[in-house]
Amino acid sequence: MASGRERRAVTVPGARIWRTLALFAAAAFVSVLAAPLVGSTPIDLGRVFSLAEPFASNIDAQIFFVARLPRALAAALVGAALAASGVVLQALLRNPLATPFTLGVSSGAALGAMVVITFDLSIPWVPAVPLASFVGSLGAVTIVYLLATLRHHGLSTEVLLLAGVTLNAFFSAVILFIQYFADFADAFRAMRWLMGDLDVAGYGPIVAALPLVVVAFVLFAWMPRALNLLALGPDAAATRGIDVALVQRLAFLSASVATGAAVAVAGPIGFVGIIVPHLVRLLVGADHRVVLPASALFGAAFLVVCDVMARTLLAPVEIPVGVITAVLGGPFFLWLLVRTR
Amino acid sequence: MLTVADVSFAYRDADVLRGVSFHVPRGRIVGILGPNGSGKTTLLRLLSGVARPTRGEVRLDDRPLARLSRAAVARRIAVVPQETHLAFDYTVLEIALMGRYPHLGAFEFEGPEDVAIAERALAATGTLPLAPRSFATLSGGEKQRVVIASALAQFDRRPADVRPPASDVRHPRGVRHPRGLRQTDAGAGQLLLLDEPTASLDVHYQVEVAELLRRLNQSQGLTIVVSTHDLNFAASVCDELVLLRQGQVIASGPTREVLTPATVHALYGVDADVRYHDRAGHITVVPIPREAASGLGS
Repeated sequence: MASGRERRAVTVPGARIWRTLALFAAAAFVSVLAAPLVGSTPIDLGRVFSLAEPFASNIDAQIFFVARLPRALAAALVGAALAASGVVLQALLRNPLATPFTLGVSSGAALGAMVVITFDLSIPWVPAVPLASFVGSLGAVTIVYLLATLRHHGLSTEVLLLAGVTLNAFFSAVILFIQYFADFADAFRAMRWLMGDLDVAGYGPIVAALPLVVVAFVLFAWMPRALNLLALGPDAAATRGIDVALVQRLAFLSASVATGAAVAVAGPIGFVGIIVPHLVRLLVGADHRVVLPASALFGAAFLVVCDVMARTLLAPVEIPVGVITAVLGGPFFLWLLVRTR
Repeated sequence: MLTVADVSFAYRDADVLRGVSFHVPRGRIVGILGPNGSGKTTLLRLLSGVARPTRGEVRLDDRPLARLSRAAVARRIAVVPQETHLAFDYTVLEIALMGRYPHLGAFEFEGPEDVAIAERALAATGTLPLAPRSFATLSGGEKQRVVIASALAQFDRRPADVRPPASDVRHPRGVRHPRGLRQTDAGAGQLLLLDEPTASLDVHYQVEVAELLRRLNQSQGLTIVVSTHDLNFAASVCDELVLLRQGQVIASGPTREVLTPATVHALYGVDADVRYHDRAGHITVVPIPREAASGLGS
């Protein structure tokens, strides 16, 4: 009897889920705290948090809080948003190869950013490129959403996928067209934006993106069980008490908003949204109640570490972080593709 | 238990079902029999509340299905789809536990009771030994039984109800019946819908599913509706039949009265011998080739 109870304690999901998440949270926390310590000027964690010295004269604290922490936090926010959106969209589309950029969000954002960069548009008080990129992603999302709901009662995931892929190709063509007529300096800036870059100036971009990501994450928090049931198929989910059409709409819109905010902060950093969910699934199984929050935390840690590598590998030259994630992610993705066939 | 009252359903401009009426009595196994494309799957979707009829209504104990909440319906009606393809690699126990979702609060996790219910449901279908396995690695027949277990776990039952003895639990393929599951009314008032459960299974698994359904019906008082195009599967399992052709009911009633050479011909356009089979204990249908029927073959 006692052994039976022991075995049962292990199989009850709740406790196991919290233990797993605590580990992932610790990894994310440590990475954000440790990342600012790494750089051309070595600093000491003890002195950073030392209260003996006023902030004005504490160089270590200034480098930590003013120069490097915003960047680590931005990496964490973007990584978490992209990884969690990847999980949600893979579940929504019932396709493990979906990414946050599959449904057109990133190419819409890129088009917005390209237009502003190439035509040197500016808006008073607001950084124009992130704003244009967010507006572009919203535009792409709206088009895809309207197409997918127009002739269907619910949300047609097939139309969603096809519309997203087509829109990606279409926007890419428009971007190339604009690039073709851009002068060299603008084309170079645009190119850099497309590579992804976490070199944020201060906490402003984080504060601007945070509310959007928080709203999306609140909706995500309500979703994992529905996402598990969607894996069985929409009809099977409906017979287990899920409002499938509602969940599909909320999943698509919240994942799109989180992705749009992340891209506005850092550009379209690829592969985070696909490798992180799959790594996490390999580690913890398929239950979205673990996979979703664990992916957000692991995505944060992953991008923070990638950004440290981007800053230090060829220092003082900085590698675009999108290159790091792609160099790590590309081969991994291919391995995954071969493995799942 | 379930009443289908003059139900019609149209998809876009095409009529799929026209004026379908029948009753599913509590504690019986009712088969919906018809050729491919006769509207069986659509009818099951209406019975489970996934789709709404364009005319008429489906009533669960005299209450229209449309007026019950999704979760309330889910606690009374569980569905086993024809085939289950998972998007991600869940374990067998996780699949069974998904049956408990309609019973949990918004942010509640399954407790020991839910795990006990899920494990008992797996035991009832002989799949408890597979619990830690990945669902994707199972055979078609095993998958089907795990999905049935998940549907059973959807029904609320006290943990003290029934516990299969350990000897059944450890049985390697779980083919033997857990004798602990017997004479309770745990499944009474609950309805299991199965869409073509044997369509992609070989004869071994077909017999196994047939036995399982009869056992669940007898031991737990579970009401079952099963759609099929397989005459002999229907004859071996169902107390009553609803014969569906081109979206209309052409006959319904007790299996022995409804399944005749005339109705078989009306459904499938083939001549057939319908006889009681002593050893099988049910009527059997043997299609007769056209030449043999017209006497040209001899």
